Amino acid sequence: MALQIGNIAELLKAKVLTPELDLSNEVKHAFASDLMSDVLTGDYEKTILVTGLSNLQSIRTAEMSDIREVIIGRNKSVSKEMIELAQENDIVLLQSSYSLYRISGILYEAGIKPVY
Amino acid sequence: MLLQYQIEGGDFVNAGKASSAVKRVLKQLDVPARRIKRVVIALYETEVNVVAHASKGEIEAEIDTDKIIISVKDSGPGIPDIEKAMEEGFTTASKEVREMGFGAGMGLPNIQRNSDHLHIESVPGEGTLVRITNDLRD
Repeated sequence: MALQIGNIAELLKAKVLTPELDLSNEVKHAFASDLMSDVLTGDYEKTILVTGLSNLQSIRTAEMSDIREVIIGRNKSVSKEMIELAQENDIVLLQSSYSLYRISGILYEAGIKPVY
Repeated sequence: MLLQYQIEGGDFVNAGKASSAVKRVLKQLDVPARRIKRVVIALYETEVNVVAHASKGEIEAEIDTDKIIISVKDSGPGIPDIEKAMEEGFTTASKEVREMGFGAGMGLPNIQRNSDHLHIESVPGEGTLVRITNDLRD
């Protein structure tokens, strides 16, 4: 099962913070964590990072891990610098008011698989 | 090719800039993506360590056709027991560092996992030198 990131944004009623990027990217897996060192241990393919950590390091971590989609949950505010860094690195950045549990549940139900 | 970068202690805004720059260079050199990822994750965790613990540091990345040697030297508290510091879960990080998504005692183990060769020298009260050597070709 794969979903386009644009459809994921609709499912999660998420705001697309990088609308100029390609929203047809396919997502097959999700990984949820607030600990960036944990994220940095994984191998990812077509994976969205679900996190409540809203700072530049969440975007840097996605960049280093070759993750192309990030959703910030729990209605955390996202800085202009984070959006710029995401744009520079072709990372689609979403923002949702849902909790990480709710985001993860919706994605799981939609057929998005865990990384492990 | 020799790349050099400075790191400021406590500067979480810029942590990762050097790793990002090295990533761009390795991409231009057509290094396989999996090898680039190993290099940049090891370097990124090292940058975060310097920002988290030291007052300043400098990075030198020496790139030749099939190998990269990264030396990161900092002025900081040093590591009194390197073996202990390599244990997963061991940490001396502050609350501030944990709020940034790090500081769970995974940095050095992550650096080791992503390095082909890792060398660490440290003098308590003076600083630490981390040298990461990775192959760039399959």
